[in-house]
Amino acid sequence: GRWSRVAAQQSLSQDQLLQFDTTGNVTLIHITDIHAQMVPVYFREPEFNLGVGAQQGLVPHLTGEELRQVYGIEKGSPDDYALTYDDFVALAQGYGKMGGLDRIATVVKAIRADRPDALLLDGGDTWQGSLTALRTQGQDMVNAMNLLGVEAMTSHWEFTLGIDRVNQIVDNELKFPFLGANIFDAEWDEPAYEPYQIFERGGAQVAVIGQAFPYLPIANPGWLFPDLSFGVRQQRVAEMVAEVRAKGADVVVLLSHNGFDVDRKLAHDVPGIDVILTGHTHDALPAPVLVDGTHLIASGSHGKFVSRVDLDIADGALRGLKHKLIPIFSDVITPDAEMAALVETERAPFADELSEVIGQTESLLFRRGNFNGTWDDLICDALLSQRDAEIALSPGFRWGASVLPGQDITREDIFNATAMSYPEAYRTEMTGEYLKIVMEDVADNLFNPDPYYQQGGDMVRVGGLGYRIDVAQPQGSRITEMVKLDTGEPIDPARSYVVAGWASVTEGTEGPAIWDVVEAHIREQGTVRVPQNQSVSINGN
Amino acid sequence: MASGVKPRVKVPATATAGEVITIKTLISHTMESGQRKDSDGNTIPRSIINRFHVTFNDETVIDVVLEPAISTNPYFEFQATVPESGTFKFTWYDDDGSVYEDSKEVSVG
Amino acid sequence: GTGAVALTLMPLGAAHAATEDAIAAFTGGAEVAEGGVTLTAPEIAENGNTVPIEVAAEGAAEIMVLAAGNPNPDVATFKFGPLAGAREASTRIRLAQTQDVIAIAKLEDGTFHRASQEVKVTIGGCGG
Ligand SMILES: [Mn+2]
Ligand SMILES: [Mn+2]
Repeated sequence: GRWSRVAAQQSLSQDQLLQFDTTGNVTLIHITDIHAQMVPVYFREPEFNLGVGAQQGLVPHLTGEELRQVYGIEKGSPDDYALTYDDFVALAQGYGKMGGLDRIATVVKAIRADRPDALLLDGGDTWQGSLTALRTQGQDMVNAMNLLGVEAMTSHWEFTLGIDRVNQIVDNELKFPFLGANIFDAEWDEPAYEPYQIFERGGAQVAVIGQAFPYLPIANPGWLFPDLSFGVRQQRVAEMVAEVRAKGADVVVLLSHNGFDVDRKLAHDVPGIDVILTGHTHDALPAPVLVDGTHLIASGSHGKFVSRVDLDIADGALRGLKHKLIPIFSDVITPDAEMAALVETERAPFADELSEVIGQTESLLFRRGNFNGTWDDLICDALLSQRDAEIALSPGFRWGASVLPGQDITREDIFNATAMSYPEAYRTEMTGEYLKIVMEDVADNLFNPDPYYQQGGDMVRVGGLGYRIDVAQPQGSRITEMVKLDTGEPIDPARSYVVAGWASVTEGTEGPAIWDVVEAHIREQGTVRVPQNQSVSINGN
Repeated sequence: MASGVKPRVKVPATATAGEVITIKTLISHTMESGQRKDSDGNTIPRSIINRFHVTFNDETVIDVVLEPAISTNPYFEFQATVPESGTFKFTWYDDDGSVYEDSKEVSVG
Repeated sequence: GTGAVALTLMPLGAAHAATEDAIAAFTGGAEVAEGGVTLTAPEIAENGNTVPIEVAAEGAAEIMVLAAGNPNPDVATFKFGPLAGAREASTRIRLAQTQDVIAIAKLEDGTFHRASQEVKVTIGGCGG
């Protein structure tokens, strides 16, 4: 049903959100994948998050009703709004936006009031995803994370700022270590960043090993950080676990940007890790997942959640763990004044630019999910019309805030879905055969049953093109029935098609920035309406 | 590829007698595979480093035959036993007849 | 996001024949046992033009490396001398497409051993 704002607000309180039965002697606070969202946003969780092979039917690959069943979430409840997709618009109107660094600061301070030496860790994807982060090359978020008191971080999109900027921040700006045990210098194959840090907390030695996104040079442009090599490097992780244990670590935490399925496999294959703070795949789970003695924590994205993890450590071993995924309801949690002031200061130079209204939407604009979201459909429409193309391709990024039906679309909203350092909207020709190769390649990077072969984001989004996908098939056989939507004709392998897209990993790609393409399209439309996408058929659905 | 070829090696300066040490080597070289075509469609002739030989006090550590599938700027990492003080000698042989050399002293004390 | 990438694709039959010929030339037709040699390579190549590999085989006199899906399968042959500290070596290789990398070790006792690993070479793009 439709929720009244008052009823929804009354069902929540800050005390209730922060309520926690403090246990043990060490507290970890985990934030990850904020994607530079300084102020509260709407963010719809996925409808499609398919698990393949051994991951089929397991969290985090359950959505909507299946997720509610597993965790006993009541329909229409705050957790339902925060964690599922169905009924999102109605619930969003009741419960309001989520996140905001000033609200996160309030939560962090409250946890530290309870446990003064709580260890605050950031899983990365922090410096990218907004207009202000793009304009300041991540400086706004670096300043905010310093003020928040983050004590270690790992990375992914950070490197799309370019290696020089990353090193400038790491060497001169960041007040805490930038960890990545799996980041190596590509020339001599030697470690390029600090692999771990050992903290003394609650009388225990807490080792935090950093693990950056393993597939950075594949998923993002390698030419932006040409001298670095990544990879899962499972053997290296095992060596680091042994090394910190030898140095007296009582508990080993992996601050990871591997993605959940990769971490599940790593937890199985590398003994001795007590806790993995997962990231990259943007999953939010209300309870830890226990894999062969390792507790996997998934803390969502876009500042929607903060995880608190209390550890009971005695005699060099983890005796107990208590966890809460704290949803950041922005209308319920009082903003922290200090952080609110910093956010205001960082945004002030861009205030006019951010708030300019470009158009309106009649439809919910969202991105997250394995296949097309409405934001991507809108971007693909913009590419088709503004770049005069037959087919559009848009990357399956997991970041991108939602806009509710009836809302204005501001320039900030457009940048929340597009802001990154290689935005050129290219126009090129591809044969039907090559398009099929591209789609199969991306599908295998998402649906390979071995998590170590899953290197990317969600499925590439398409405009002007329909297809059927069977995720259970091997590479080369998943995509069938490719048709050109305007004529209904099958895609001809031998024919050349005019294709527009953006976010190419190839150096020297040319074209206008995607946000300008999208802005021009929305201005032409005035009010946009994006119907439910019917062009992708999923086998079994 | 007679110009700009620069060998680099990483060898520990000291070792204990009989110690096994790790050696890393790089040589800047395009390793033209013979598979590529220029802008006029003509095949660019093969021009690679075809052999890499490492000795310590004139005894062989490793001897490698390289084919065009070895990447640009050939890199090798391997282990060597150091029985006594002496000199590692590294030799790269180019298709064009050039020979590039480097050497490193290791003292055992 | 996907840029235009030129793919070099080999007819599979031709690739297999060339690889088998290279192995036969190395072994002189002797039997090759599975295992007894370790080949370490990434599951996915960050860059098909420079893929790190490591080969190791206890007691090896020589180890040959082949890339079965390249236009020419030959990659390198490592011969170990008396001062080799271990019968292992690392290098970086070119892979034209997703394919099996193969290592054949000739041991000092005259036997031959084989290992292979598939390395995926992907177009890339589209990070989360
Ligand atoms: Mn992310
Ligand atoms: Mn990520």
